[in-house]
Amino acid sequence: MDLEAIAGKLNARFPEVVKSVETAHAGDPFLVIDPGRILDVAKFLRDDPEMSFEWLMCLSGVDYPPESIAVVYNLYSQTHGRRLTLKALLDRNDPRIFSVESVWRMADWHERECYDMFGVVFDGHPDLRRILLPFDWEGHPLRKDYVYPESYRGVTNKP
Amino acid sequence: MPIDTNQKSTDLRTEEMIINMGPQHPSTHGVLRLEVTTDGEVVMDVRPFIGYLHRCFEKHSEKVGYTGVIPYTDRMDYLAAMNNNHGYVMTVEKLLGLEIPERAEYIRVIIAELGRISSHLVAFGTYANDLGAVTPLVWGFRDREYILDIFEMCCGARLTCNYYRIGGLSGDLTPEMLTKIREFLDYFEPKLKDYDRLLSYNKIFIERTAGVGVIPLEMAVNYGITGPPLRASGMKWDLRKDEPYSIYDRFEFNIPTGKGLKGEVGDCWDRYMVRMWEMAESVKIIRQCLAQIPEGEYISPKTPKMIKPPKGEVYVRVENPRGELGYYLVSDGKPNLYRLKVRSPCFTNLAIVPAISRGVMLADLVAIVGSLDIVLGEIDR
Amino acid sequence: MKEWVDGLIRGSAALRGMPPEVSYFLAMVFFGLCAVGFMAICALAFVWLERKVSARIQSRYGPVYTGGKFGWAQTLADAVKLLMKEDLVPTSADRILFNIAPVITFMASMLTLVAIPFGDGLIVADLDVGIFFILAVSGMAVIGFLMGGWSSNNKWSLYGGMRAASQIISYEIPVALSLIGVVMIVGSLNMSEIGRFQEGGFWRWNLFRSPFLFVAGFIYFTAALAEINRTPFDLPEAESELVAGYSTEYSGMKFAFFFLAEFANLFVVSAIASVMFLGAWTSPLPWQLLPGPVWFLVKAFGLVIVIMWLRWTLPRLRVDQLMAVCWKYLIPISLVMLIGLGVQMWKFPVK
Repeated sequence: MDLEAIAGKLNARFPEVVKSVETAHAGDPFLVIDPGRILDVAKFLRDDPEMSFEWLMCLSGVDYPPESIAVVYNLYSQTHGRRLTLKALLDRNDPRIFSVESVWRMADWHERECYDMFGVVFDGHPDLRRILLPFDWEGHPLRKDYVYPESYRGVTNKP
Repeated sequence: MPIDTNQKSTDLRTEEMIINMGPQHPSTHGVLRLEVTTDGEVVMDVRPFIGYLHRCFEKHSEKVGYTGVIPYTDRMDYLAAMNNNHGYVMTVEKLLGLEIPERAEYIRVIIAELGRISSHLVAFGTYANDLGAVTPLVWGFRDREYILDIFEMCCGARLTCNYYRIGGLSGDLTPEMLTKIREFLDYFEPKLKDYDRLLSYNKIFIERTAGVGVIPLEMAVNYGITGPPLRASGMKWDLRKDEPYSIYDRFEFNIPTGKGLKGEVGDCWDRYMVRMWEMAESVKIIRQCLAQIPEGEYISPKTPKMIKPPKGEVYVRVENPRGELGYYLVSDGKPNLYRLKVRSPCFTNLAIVPAISRGVMLADLVAIVGSLDIVLGEIDR
Repeated sequence: MKEWVDGLIRGSAALRGMPPEVSYFLAMVFFGLCAVGFMAICALAFVWLERKVSARIQSRYGPVYTGGKFGWAQTLADAVKLLMKEDLVPTSADRILFNIAPVITFMASMLTLVAIPFGDGLIVADLDVGIFFILAVSGMAVIGFLMGGWSSNNKWSLYGGMRAASQIISYEIPVALSLIGVVMIVGSLNMSEIGRFQEGGFWRWNLFRSPFLFVAGFIYFTAALAEINRTPFDLPEAESELVAGYSTEYSGMKFAFFFLAEFANLFVVSAIASVMFLGAWTSPLPWQLLPGPVWFLVKAFGLVIVIMWLRWTLPRLRVDQLMAVCWKYLIPISLVMLIGLGVQMWKFPVK
């Protein structure tokens, strides 16, 4: 089942959830989906026997200034031996998306990292707090417009 | 809105004690802090805190160019440095569509498998040390010295080797290095039996690890556990055989899985034994490589001088000694990459510790964390 | 030999007009100091020996530089280093208990020396309740561990102290039960009597007198390992889990006291095992090839090396497994051994 067919099945189940099928670039093709229904799509992709994407391989954030921040889900189906990449584009000023932690527990820490680095708020996450940076750090470093702070808790980066 | 991680959301009960294991602690394999709530010796809850070794690798990678990222990848999982390199250069080569010469592929596999043995020796030694047996640590490091000497011969550095390049390697292996590798394999194979006699079937060691920290298979898949912990839980899944990359499909080797010989399937003893059996399999692979290695170039002549992959994105995964290491690379056609996300196996594996440590004793917590074989450099990047 | 020195001291004291009690007291003090001095030197030597034995097992050399060829001065160097360290007492620690704890532990191991026979008649105090005294006094060490663990005001030390207390107190029972077997067959608590009972060749040693005593010997050895906190029973000082357990907060000379107490205990336990089971100062063959004290030291040091060997080979037991070994295995087995020994003595009386 190739990407177009998967997109067709998804659209049949959840109308208009796949916004576009991107294949024009080098590397892996991906589906751009509507972030509002991500939880239902995730459950469907994991549980439907024709899809059965049991593995969430990777969850990352990508910053596309000035309009959006993307959250990328790399899925893998062991039963069918195929991959799927989903991209959800969020509004850069208020990036919110529902958490898929209840579907794949692996998303727990990866979503925390995405929140830490990009500021994406995952609704429904049981414990959304910074994971790699200290709890009182300000700013989200992996954004393209991140300004390095001059000092943190009294320690400056000036000689 | 940042949340104060020192706040405890439940009420403080006076019978329980909250202890910090780490960040400076002999058993936490790096700077990991485990906030353990105990009732006497029994663990009620564990909250891992990481980030003490965060070096902003992903932000740096956006500034130094594609080749400049390679030394940074060494320093993530510093115990298996070459395997990290391998994953990254494969990712860029996939995006560029670059073919690598045969000899370079063979050398890459030899060095990666030597890195696997070296990393498993550290895992074996430090795990035994956590449980009180100090001798296996020194023996493991003694044998690892030979591997580090081989690494030093081929690229100049013992630990963070920076040997792989986009398109091949940075240098060739001379025939005397190949002889040295052969000698090491002949020396090392009997040592594995020594380790088994000393530690693996020791009654006390089995008492400490069998039946402890069992990870059921569905939980492992849901949490995204990969590598030896997944194989110990019974699933015969190894990227080298099931999604063969590089030239792994030319070699014959087995995938050891945990069978619950001494306790339940997926306990600490299984995870430990899977690593020991994997070392024997790596020796087999290296021997086959040494028998088949052709002459040729060590770097592809078609490698561009300035690496500028076309616009696109790709996700490539390799089998690190600790699990599935994934690189998600987004390129926008410029000399610097746009986004590189590393899916670190230890980062994912560590998340399962709170779920499997409720109700175990404090000493078991040490055994569980040790059996997952974490390296903080990779978790924190 | 001892009587000669004894007579010398008392004679010279009597010459100066001191009453006999004082001269007796002086003689006792002198012999006590001899024993303590010997013990202190032994403890220092064992530190060196442990490092060499551990190094050779781990395929490395151990100390080779200090003091010339074998690194024999390593312990002296360590002792000097520890003496020169700053004596830290944590601010929130209980000062009095913190200071006394190492002293009590060290004292417990040293006091047992007065009742151990180094040879025929070479004993500081030939008590009629020798072995009973030894068991009673060596139990004091647990008070020192508890004090150290509690007064350091550190959760990890507290863990170490509690583990030590539960472990040592539990293992007193198999130690005592296995030694009672020897007392039964000898018929006396007096250590010199027990030694003399085993004269004449290794088949007359208590270990080989009866299959029940053979098992009891191994039970004693295992339980004694737990008493002195050696691997596989070294939870109270489990380095990889609790940093250094009850002695985490100690530095300098106080730490040295804990450390030396452990090595002194090594010798004490081996000495008791060799007196009770391996024939004290008697030689393995019916004729005396070497002087008595030499045989005794050979046996004691041999057991010390075995204990060191065990430490570097085996991993550590967990707390509940340790308790299970004691209560579910060692105690029932030693009780069965006692009953068996009693039946054997009734059927085949000891000559």
